[in-house]
Amino acid sequence: MPILSWSRFLAFACLMDMPDCLWMEPSDTELIAATLKGDAASFEVLVKRYQPRIFATARRYARREDEVEDIVQEIFIKAFRKLASYRMEAPFEHWFMRLAVRTCYDFLRSHQRNRETAFTDMTVNETDWLDQFVAEPSTSRENAAAARELVKKILNQLSPSARLIITLLEIEERSVKEIAALTGWSVPLVKVRAFRARAEMRKCLERIIRAKYL
Amino acid sequence: MNIVELQKKLLSVARANSPSDGVPYAFEKRIMARIASEQLMDVWALWGRLLWRAAAPCVGIMLVMGVWAVASLDLNGPSQPLASDLEETVLAPLASLEDSW
Repeated sequence: MPILSWSRFLAFACLMDMPDCLWMEPSDTELIAATLKGDAASFEVLVKRYQPRIFATARRYARREDEVEDIVQEIFIKAFRKLASYRMEAPFEHWFMRLAVRTCYDFLRSHQRNRETAFTDMTVNETDWLDQFVAEPSTSRENAAAARELVKKILNQLSPSARLIITLLEIEERSVKEIAALTGWSVPLVKVRAFRARAEMRKCLERIIRAKYL
Repeated sequence: MNIVELQKKLLSVARANSPSDGVPYAFEKRIMARIASEQLMDVWALWGRLLWRAAAPCVGIMLVMGVWAVASLDLNGPSQPLASDLEETVLAPLASLEDSW
């Protein structure tokens, strides 16, 4: 008896112009089960479902778009290879995001040598934004492109663990427990690394200010 | 300048500007093509894995045979020195030739 896979069913439903109420989108678990049975096309549905989120995550850690694409590709391929190890006890999203964050961390560690160490390439706009902040901190705009670029450059100067912690804790505003689950680090280790990361970022800012104003 | 204030400001800038979640056109096709090519490569990976698995039993058999060979040598007792054995073997045809004269 031929087995109708989810991907084929969806294609059939689209072809027949079936109303949305007649069929529901397959759950992650159903798609994973179908993939594990050998229906690779079901995995494509999973890729489509999660790729916007994974792209947004990868863009927090890599600046160049080709690097972002490489990270995302690696995350999905790792997920495909390790899919059998997902035990379906927790939501797939948790398992998958853990894998994504760890892959991004591996990327940061492997590109540690390439990270910017000197702050010589500040643009005129960035300098202006900083001058404005020094003159009157409350009036400096948060949505300024110069400020966004400045943040990226500062994050790029941090060590991999500091950058990961600052991103997860301060920018994405996740809890320490969540970070511990995502990174596989213990809660005390996350707290220690968060403390060190904030100090590292302050040192980096001090260096910039010293170079510019003193 | 207040560094802590600057740090807070920059972090709030980062929070206010979350990265885009845009996906390049047909990116999922690229992933699936890569996975398909990896599955083809897997035939070789499977063969390699089988070879690695076969290595352990082979080493085991080699050891058993080695032990068996050593043990069988001991059972026969001390034999003649290797040099005289070799000489006898090499000169055996000559000996038979002498007999025929």
